[in-house]
Amino acid sequence: MTGFLLRRLGGAVFVLLSLTVVLYAVFYVAPGDVAQIACGPRCSPAQVAQVTAQLRLDDPVYTQYLHFLQGIVAGRDFSTGTGVEHCSAPCLGVSYQSDQQVMRLILTKLPVTGSLVIGAFALWILLGVGTGVLSAWRRGRITERLLTWLTLAGTATPVFVIGLLLIIIFCSTLQWLPSPTYVPFTENPEQWAWGLLLPWVSLALIESAKYARLTRSSMLETLAEDHVRTFRAYGVSERGIIGRHALRGALAPVIALSALDFGTMFGGAVLTESLFGIPGIGRELVHAVKVVDLPVVVGMVLVTGFFVVLANAVADMLYALADRRVVLS
Amino acid sequence: MTTPLVQVEDLTIDFGTVRAVDRLSFTLEAGAALGVVGESGSGKSASASALLGLHRGTGARVTGTVRVAGTDVGAADDAELRRLRGAKAAMVFQDPLSSLDPYYTVGDQIAEVYRVHNSVSRRAARARAVEVLDRVGIPDAARRARSRPHEFSGGMRQRALIAMALACEPRLIVADEPTTALDVTVQAQILDLLHDLRRETGMGLLLVTHDVGVAAESVDDVLVMQHGRAVERGPVAEVLGAPRQPYTRELLASVPRVDEKRAGVPGPRTATEAGPLIEAVGLRREFGRGAGRVTAVDGVSLTVHAGETLGIVGESGSGKTTLGRMLVRLIDPTAGRLRYGGTDIGSLPERELRPFRRELQMVFQDPVASLNPRRSIGESVADPLRAAGETDEARIRDRVRELLERVGLDAGRYERHPHEFSGGQRQRIGIARVLAAEPKLIVCDEPVSALDVTTQAQVISLLAELQRELGIGLVFIAHDLAVVRQVSDRVAVMRQGRIVEQGVADDVYGSPRDPYTRQLLAAVPALDPVRAAARRAARRELAAA
Amino acid sequence: MSEALLVQEAGAAPAAAPASGARQFWRRLRAQRAATVAAAVVLLLFLAALAAPLLAALAGQDPDTYHPGLVDSAAGGVPVGSFGGISADHWFGVEPQTGRDLFARVVYGARVSLGVAVVATVLQVTIGVTVGLAAALGSRLLDQVLSRITDINVALPLMVIALGLLAIVPSSFPRPVLIALVIGGINWAGTSKIVRAQALALKSLDFVSAARLSGRGRWSIARRELLPSLAAPVITYAALLFPVNITVEAALSFLGVGIKPPTPSWGQMLTEADTWYQSAPTYLLLPAGLLFVTVLALTVLGEGVRTALDPRAASRLRIGTGREERQERTKERAS
Repeated sequence: MTGFLLRRLGGAVFVLLSLTVVLYAVFYVAPGDVAQIACGPRCSPAQVAQVTAQLRLDDPVYTQYLHFLQGIVAGRDFSTGTGVEHCSAPCLGVSYQSDQQVMRLILTKLPVTGSLVIGAFALWILLGVGTGVLSAWRRGRITERLLTWLTLAGTATPVFVIGLLLIIIFCSTLQWLPSPTYVPFTENPEQWAWGLLLPWVSLALIESAKYARLTRSSMLETLAEDHVRTFRAYGVSERGIIGRHALRGALAPVIALSALDFGTMFGGAVLTESLFGIPGIGRELVHAVKVVDLPVVVGMVLVTGFFVVLANAVADMLYALADRRVVLS
Repeated sequence: MTTPLVQVEDLTIDFGTVRAVDRLSFTLEAGAALGVVGESGSGKSASASALLGLHRGTGARVTGTVRVAGTDVGAADDAELRRLRGAKAAMVFQDPLSSLDPYYTVGDQIAEVYRVHNSVSRRAARARAVEVLDRVGIPDAARRARSRPHEFSGGMRQRALIAMALACEPRLIVADEPTTALDVTVQAQILDLLHDLRRETGMGLLLVTHDVGVAAESVDDVLVMQHGRAVERGPVAEVLGAPRQPYTRELLASVPRVDEKRAGVPGPRTATEAGPLIEAVGLRREFGRGAGRVTAVDGVSLTVHAGETLGIVGESGSGKTTLGRMLVRLIDPTAGRLRYGGTDIGSLPERELRPFRRELQMVFQDPVASLNPRRSIGESVADPLRAAGETDEARIRDRVRELLERVGLDAGRYERHPHEFSGGQRQRIGIARVLAAEPKLIVCDEPVSALDVTTQAQVISLLAELQRELGIGLVFIAHDLAVVRQVSDRVAVMRQGRIVEQGVADDVYGSPRDPYTRQLLAAVPALDPVRAAARRAARRELAAA
Repeated sequence: MSEALLVQEAGAAPAAAPASGARQFWRRLRAQRAATVAAAVVLLLFLAALAAPLLAALAGQDPDTYHPGLVDSAAGGVPVGSFGGISADHWFGVEPQTGRDLFARVVYGARVSLGVAVVATVLQVTIGVTVGLAAALGSRLLDQVLSRITDINVALPLMVIALGLLAIVPSSFPRPVLIALVIGGINWAGTSKIVRAQALALKSLDFVSAARLSGRGRWSIARRELLPSLAAPVITYAALLFPVNITVEAALSFLGVGIKPPTPSWGQMLTEADTWYQSAPTYLLLPAGLLFVTVLALTVLGEGVRTALDPRAASRLRIGTGREERQERTKERAS
């Protein structure tokens, strides 16, 4: 078991390293005048020259990359023209357009995205697994058909469509809720929750459809297995079989997918944040893309990639823990 | 007069348009044991499931009356049915691995069942689980109860399932092919266990099996089924000793006997003058790396001559399949030499192996997996011809038709796909494909173990016939000692990757020298109940020694 | 995604299921009512997209002409008339502010949405099958390398990378093509993982061993024995990917980094409608509804295809199990 976990972790580190190479190659090597792009369209030639020097763009590509990597692992210093600014350990560079260190920018956005993801996550697990269990239990009945169609509709609806509809219904037509605005939890917990209610619900509705399907299909798969027949033949009731045996079979895939989605979402629930105007990582990324703030874009993509790789590794480990047969076979 | 434990009248089961069981009637007295014997599709398992009402909710249509331990299974409501299941009548299923929940410990699963029928505490239920696990002979039951099914061996799992059946002290145990997935020595242990339990507890036993020998070992009465109907019923000695119905006679005639010499062959024909066709010296194969390394075949040496059959017997995990696949180079040997026609083919790279490929052929175990479901059988058989460079379509067709007819199939079914054929027919197609390559050596890996006995006998005689005709060397790998005896000139017994005994078939079977061979032979079920009892005693002695 | 999950998602039992010919496939597909309706809807959408210029001409409109007279500039550019200005000339009404014909914009938008998704899906499947097959059939080293590359591919968060790439590629590059390339180039890992797993499972089956013993070469075996059996899981997975690709394109355009105006696309129409939902709700509901119907129809069709190709997996998932399939199952149990 330990060996498996270590191997999986080693694999994750390798993938992360490769990711930095790929990203560096795509964003810093491929396009034309990197310094101009990174600095922004309004930069003077002098500023561009400074950026070129900072990013060592005149060096060979591999030294450039090594400096980039060194920044991430050990931190690096940037000359700001007047003095030297130190960018400590996980240094993802400096945004020339907003004069800010990318890592600090991301750290200020993280709690915002966190608020959105954690709340939505709790909702969608409850809703999704609950729906899945219900439709597996009532299989072959009208309830199941109804739930099947609802989940299909859920998977077919983009989150920005359901979000828009919810805003129209609850904020403008019925006027039950104020327009969603983000208030930090530390400032006012009640307004924090009210402001995030609609984003949570939108995200949870869409995500839960996936979980409902996964839960149901895993449970039905288990229900078709021989050992369920054994327990039926020993007088165990349907409720016992669903609640004890079928649900246990669905546990491993659901846990693994949760870890995966949780991590991926942390990299920015781009659409939800943009739609509801939540100032998190995703919205910041969209902004950076629109104004072509290269260091921010690369930094955010890298952080998101980090979350995905981490989530993948954790998902695999949880899967193995929940279903030890995986490791053995 | 007491009411019988099981009373079945006019039981008919339909799956859609298929009638699985047709007006079946039988009774089983309390404490008695009845064996239901039949080939696949005879409806024996469907009948057994009907005793516990397991068809309810599956879409099968069940008519007729079934009474078990005072419960009318057809009329009972769900709650009443649940009170019957496990408490009054308990079922032991075929595949012990898939029949237990992989996520819970064995003890917990037995305790769960116990608590369904008895309102006791969790702790008391666990104690009961340990008690019954101990009863079925699981060593250190208190500790093993905390293990999950995959940590058990096949035989231990089957014991655990029997323990589950015992937990609520039922009056009837229904065992559906309880030993089919097990090795012969383990099968003997399980059958002995069932025998002892029945004597001690006085419960009734309904044993469903395709293996006449298993029934002979374990029951008082036997019921032979075919196509959903009862063919013959009577005391086991009578039915097996003097069958009245033609089907029963045919069935019994097809069963290979381990204690009979090979029929119609004038002794071993080991042709020594020409030198061996293939010779393996110190063949070895390892799988995995580091700590997980296992040695599947551990230094095996053997020879096969043209026109000769070498039988290889062994239980699961003995390495016989790996050895067979190495002989035709589907698996590369880790070490050792494999000489064929003066060349060491054991280490040849794929490209240089080409000229030898077609001369070394294999007949596979699973008739389903050995044919590509998406290609017509004619095309599959034509493969070796095309690979040999034949391009004339008309000639290919003619040759394939000829081969299909040779193995007893209708040549007109060239364009049909594998799923349109029965298991035995598919095995014939596999043989036709092998013949198309004009081989010198054929390795048959369990070629008949997936087939019914009557089909088994036909395929075996086809193989023997072809061998006589073509003078090829044959390696016959099987777990079934009786089958191997009926086809082999010489026999090798494998255990844990090694050959423990090798010699002329009649010598090995008649006077085995290795203790493992003796143990194997003692475990083979006998068709004669009297002899079965004697074997049981012999097994006890071997176990005690 | 974790391998086990992926295989589960594609309903991929070892592909050695009984042969299902094209005819059987159609019969099984038609036996499902929902899938048939979905197929009709999808067909209609594709026809509309293909015939967009024709349909627009039929309505006597084009997607780019401004009709300032049809919007009330005093009220901020709200279309004149009820339901967003629906009239005999403008079947779906007109766009606020500009007065462009919405019917024409919607059918032209369908071209972009469906076209991008088709190219992206084809790309994903091509790359995925090639990488997966090469990993399964090539040497151990090749497998290791390709599997690592696949892992890296999995670690690329689609939306985020797409956003990043769209930022740096010069705007002279045609956007729809770029988006299709980005989606196809980033999101192929699923296909390759499924193909690899299936090909490995197939490779261990006896009929492949038999083909080797027949003396046939590696590529002949791959073509004749493996590829036909891989078709079912690949088609199933592609059918499920297609609607996802439509959503991704719509999302990128919605974020304002996808298809650039004046080219119409449903996602981009949604962004613009975002500010108009109070005064001109039709303008919002139109692309939202279309997107929903399209993706739903495609998803249902995808499930139908899965059921038709692999009834066993579908019965496990209980999605539109047709009558015929139930009978097959009962027969199976009987034998």
